Amino acid sequence: MSKIAKIIFFAVIIKPLVILGLGLNIRGRKNLPLKGPAVIAANHNSHLDTMVLMSLYPLSKINRVRPVAAADYFLANKLITWISLNVIGIIPLDRSGNTTREELFDECHTALDNGQILLLFPEGSRGLPEEMGRVKKGLYHLVKDRQDTRVTPVVLHGLGLALPRGEALLVPFNCDVIIDAPMETCESSDDFVANIQQRYNSLFELCITKNNEEL
Amino acid sequence: MTEIPANSFYVMSGIIGILVLASIVCILLRFKNPQVDYTELRQRIQSWWVMIALLFFVLIISETASLIFFGFLSFLAFKEFLSIVPIRHADRPVIFWAYLAIPVQYFWISQGWYGMFIVFIPVYMFLLLPLRMVLIGETKGFIKAVGTIHWALMLTVFCVSHIAYLLVLPIKNQAAGSIGLVIFILFMTQFNDVCQYVWGKILGKHKIIPKVSPNKTWEGFLGGLFSITICCGYVAPLLTPLTFTQGLLAGLLISSAGFVGDIVISSVKRDLQIKDSGTLIPGHGGVLDRLDSLTFTAPLFFHYIYFLVY
Repeated sequence: MSKIAKIIFFAVIIKPLVILGLGLNIRGRKNLPLKGPAVIAANHNSHLDTMVLMSLYPLSKINRVRPVAAADYFLANKLITWISLNVIGIIPLDRSGNTTREELFDECHTALDNGQILLLFPEGSRGLPEEMGRVKKGLYHLVKDRQDTRVTPVVLHGLGLALPRGEALLVPFNCDVIIDAPMETCESSDDFVANIQQRYNSLFELCITKNNEEL
Repeated sequence: MTEIPANSFYVMSGIIGILVLASIVCILLRFKNPQVDYTELRQRIQSWWVMIALLFFVLIISETASLIFFGFLSFLAFKEFLSIVPIRHADRPVIFWAYLAIPVQYFWISQGWYGMFIVFIPVYMFLLLPLRMVLIGETKGFIKAVGTIHWALMLTVFCVSHIAYLLVLPIKNQAAGSIGLVIFILFMTQFNDVCQYVWGKILGKHKIIPKVSPNKTWEGFLGGLFSITICCGYVAPLLTPLTFTQGLLAGLLISSAGFVGDIVISSVKRDLQIKDSGTLIPGHGGVLDRLDSLTFTAPLFFHYIYFLVY
């Protein structure tokens, strides 16, 4: 039931919105992992980030894609919880610090074991529009013991302008989606953070919309 | 669905013939030189097939479908332009208002209201946008912001909408119908790009404006000018109310204006240090990369025939 709801939701609302209302400049589409277990690690500026990344997938594969999202935000009330869990299929993540590190990623590991593709935002929360926050180490701890899972860095640019934090009016702008090749495994968390940060920086250079916020 | 007027039908068939020829040449090239990468050429021709199919489809269906098509094209071009230039986040509401001008402009065209069509963006939107911007109250960068947004609207909506207005002009050449003028300006503008490119490749030596576009040469420009002028002289009487001599002049106008439109958009991209304005059309780049010459040829050709014939 919820599988069908997800397909209809993306076919009728999200895909048309992303294609007509926004418009994407996609680079490196062949790097997009179509099979799990895999992790997509993107920068976070707008509510649309998750929707844009999921809309890259064909409808037949959309149920494999699971965004990892903050529990305090996406399980805030009954309606949002229902949509988040049943229509988008998020994996809620507790940011309060009350959960131990082992338990924190339980659901993520289950999903990866089932061959699903996780979408997550290693900065932790949405930053200022078009500004990259510091990458946190959580992602490293999630994948360090998993030989089967590689991390694909993705840079999104322009979405913070189309729908910034706290705004309700969507103004159409083209957005860049640049998908990098999957990362090699790293020795330490510092190594990982430095590595992915460097990847992000070089991907930002490829953005067609990079001049967008300089005036 | 209306019957296609005879002359327009012949020219449309001719265009499809040219595409078939281009596809065959591309296949032969790949067959002959398997080691050379022809991906871009192949994508370019494939995209031409899609663009021509879409255009002919809407032109044949109805005037309304065609107006919606060109309105949508304006929307895509305007969006693309604002996505590459520097803008202020505070101006999002102003840009939203500017977007609303697109359906309104095409509505005036659908009503055949020439007076409103010709002043709406240059006068009313020109005055309205700074008003909306003042209400936001952000003064830092005001001049650049208001200039950028209005220039974008002029280029991608006002100029492009002249193509659409050709459709609602009274028909003076029955054998071409209202779509004849549109096919004429679109074909001549795009063919001019191709001719200037080909002449430049064959004979190109003396650069015209190396700072903006190092590939543009006097030989390419003059070769294109000559070819298009002759071509327009012979095709204009078929598709438009113009005579042979008037057609020759139209050719001169289209070829030189097309060149200017091309290098103006090149300057924009060079200023921003990007190669293409988007990735929507494989092998070509963005919508603006394809519409660049048209933003200049469409209004100039429109007013040329409007002055001569209407």
